[in-house]
Amino acid sequence: MPTTTSAPDDFFTAKIKRGDNIEPRDPMPEEYRRHLIRQISQHAHSEIIGMQPEGNWITRAPSLRAKMILLAKIQDEGGHGLYLYSAAETLGVGREEMIEQLQTGKARYSSVFNYPALTWADIGAIGWLVDGAAIVNQVMLQRTSYGPYARAMVRICKEESFHQRQGYEIMAKMAAGTPEQRDMAQDALNRWWAPALMMFGPPDAESLHSKKAFLWKIKRESNDALRQKFIDKTVQQAEVIGLKIPDPELRLNAETGHYETSPLNWEEFHRVIDGYGPCNRQRLEHHRRVHEEGAWVREAAAAYAGKFN
Amino acid sequence: MTKQDALFQYCLRLGDDALILGHRLAELCSRGPFLEEDLAQTNIALDLTGRAQLYFQYAADLEGRGQTADGLVYRRPERQIYNHLLCEQPNTDFAYVIARQLLFSAFDRFLLEDLCTSKDERLVEIAAKALKETRYHLAHASDWVYRLGLGTGESHRRMQQALNDLWPYTGELFEIDDVGLHLLEAGIAADLHTIRALWTPEIRQMLQKAGFEQPADDYMHTGGLKGIHSEHLGHMLSEMQYLVRAYPEATW
Amino acid sequence: MDTQLALWEVFVQSKPGQPYKHAGSVHASDKQMALQNARDVYTRRGEASGLWVVRAADIAASDLADSDMFFEPANDKIYRHPTFYEIPAGAKNI
Ligand SMILES: [Fe+2]
Ligand SMILES: [Fe+2]
Repeated sequence: MPTTTSAPDDFFTAKIKRGDNIEPRDPMPEEYRRHLIRQISQHAHSEIIGMQPEGNWITRAPSLRAKMILLAKIQDEGGHGLYLYSAAETLGVGREEMIEQLQTGKARYSSVFNYPALTWADIGAIGWLVDGAAIVNQVMLQRTSYGPYARAMVRICKEESFHQRQGYEIMAKMAAGTPEQRDMAQDALNRWWAPALMMFGPPDAESLHSKKAFLWKIKRESNDALRQKFIDKTVQQAEVIGLKIPDPELRLNAETGHYETSPLNWEEFHRVIDGYGPCNRQRLEHHRRVHEEGAWVREAAAAYAGKFN
Repeated sequence: MTKQDALFQYCLRLGDDALILGHRLAELCSRGPFLEEDLAQTNIALDLTGRAQLYFQYAADLEGRGQTADGLVYRRPERQIYNHLLCEQPNTDFAYVIARQLLFSAFDRFLLEDLCTSKDERLVEIAAKALKETRYHLAHASDWVYRLGLGTGESHRRMQQALNDLWPYTGELFEIDDVGLHLLEAGIAADLHTIRALWTPEIRQMLQKAGFEQPADDYMHTGGLKGIHSEHLGHMLSEMQYLVRAYPEATW
Repeated sequence: MDTQLALWEVFVQSKPGQPYKHAGSVHASDKQMALQNARDVYTRRGEASGLWVVRAADIAASDLADSDMFFEPANDKIYRHPTFYEIPAGAKNI
């Protein structure tokens, strides 16, 4: 029985050490709980805000098949946001509160979604690169220490499997299409390459929250290691469809077997995260407007339930 | 008019209703009043778009000459699109979305039930699949009609407004022209007289139970069957067909 | 104050005859909505033959502090398991 104050901590540490999942009702350090709430809600917000750049092209999808794929894909992202909000809710934070934190700028979301989706090829690039990068990260998170987060990730990874492929398919078709389509595809790759690489977060040397996250087994691989995995996979995929990775310094290191790339512009990363990217304002405005326009609907549903349930 | 021509036209109409309403619902993606309802609307959009593809594929097969479902969707001009005007009405607010869905799904349910006994096998096949989806769309919309009707003063007011505004587009659902007559006699098309007699009391009863005043049966808009639309449709098409028209040589 | 509606837990049966397994949760104002939302969120890929939803607030859960008194007493009742028993060689269908 936990009679001493240190007992819950011992329990937690022992569980982490054994590699067991921490479950909602288990004792856990307040810092662990707060770290998770921040990370999971941020992850959820990214899924939700990420619906917007792709949503921008739903009504212009060039075939019925493309329209249905894109709709189903964006719907999945909404579902992912939902699973993640649910996982965060098990830690005692409500969805209302998380939404408020997003809208007031207290909680963040992935900087990549602050870039605009300009042409149909961007839909290809987002699926191929942005979902591709997300998958590398999410595969790791399937083994994260918090049970509900890990289980949400298992579900998400299962659903993600078509997202990257549909994006790559669009890119492949366009790269093999008319000269205009080819240019669009290359242009989209040029614009999305760096933002996708930045999705893994700052280099390990500067990574703010990493140390504890490793200790608690929330994070199991470093930002740079994950980024490298993604680069190594993606370079080959670009070659297959005849597109050029927009990095003059890209080269294969024969010794390590890994690709080397030029340094990323982290100043831009921090600027966009801090609110000064091409679409930050529009993304949040869209979210706020929809939220406000939906208030009367939620109130009506709650009022109806109050009267008849 | 040959039976083949009439059937082709009939498939276009059925397809256009599904296509255009599905497109309206697709516009709502990332705009739901809460996350779960966002996903629900997308699901309905997907059902309708999938169904449009089946109708257009049939129409394309009837036309022959290498026509495709996408060819019919992305290369037909506005005067050759034949959906009912109700389907193209904009997503003014959530009440409009639900009112439109209720009025159309209730109609569509009876229509599809009827088509399940059509003499045309391929229509029967499509209708049998679509009917299951539409039953769900109708259930979803009906539940909301009660929530909005009996929820708050504001929800009641907004829904009443939406019903009043959309009601004048319901008369057109039951219009019959030569195409319909021709196929009705052939045992292929649905019998819209019978459907109207089923639809009207069902809707009126539901509105009454949900506390709404009955919208008046005055002027009814018309034109969809002849390809004469509200000004909304042109804008929908200019988005929908933009890529295909801007890059006519490209495949996607 | 904003409301995102009540929290419901969702249990999905993947095939007829299978047990219902916890899949996650949804927000909804009433039972009908909770069922529909669960359907749209957790069964989009045809992974279900049945759905249960229950208000999260109505679930009673065992407490970790009680887990020794709740669960440990069962651990030594090994005679409840069929492998506890020695069956003479040659006996069949038992
Ligand atoms: Fe996702
Ligand atoms: Fe994804």
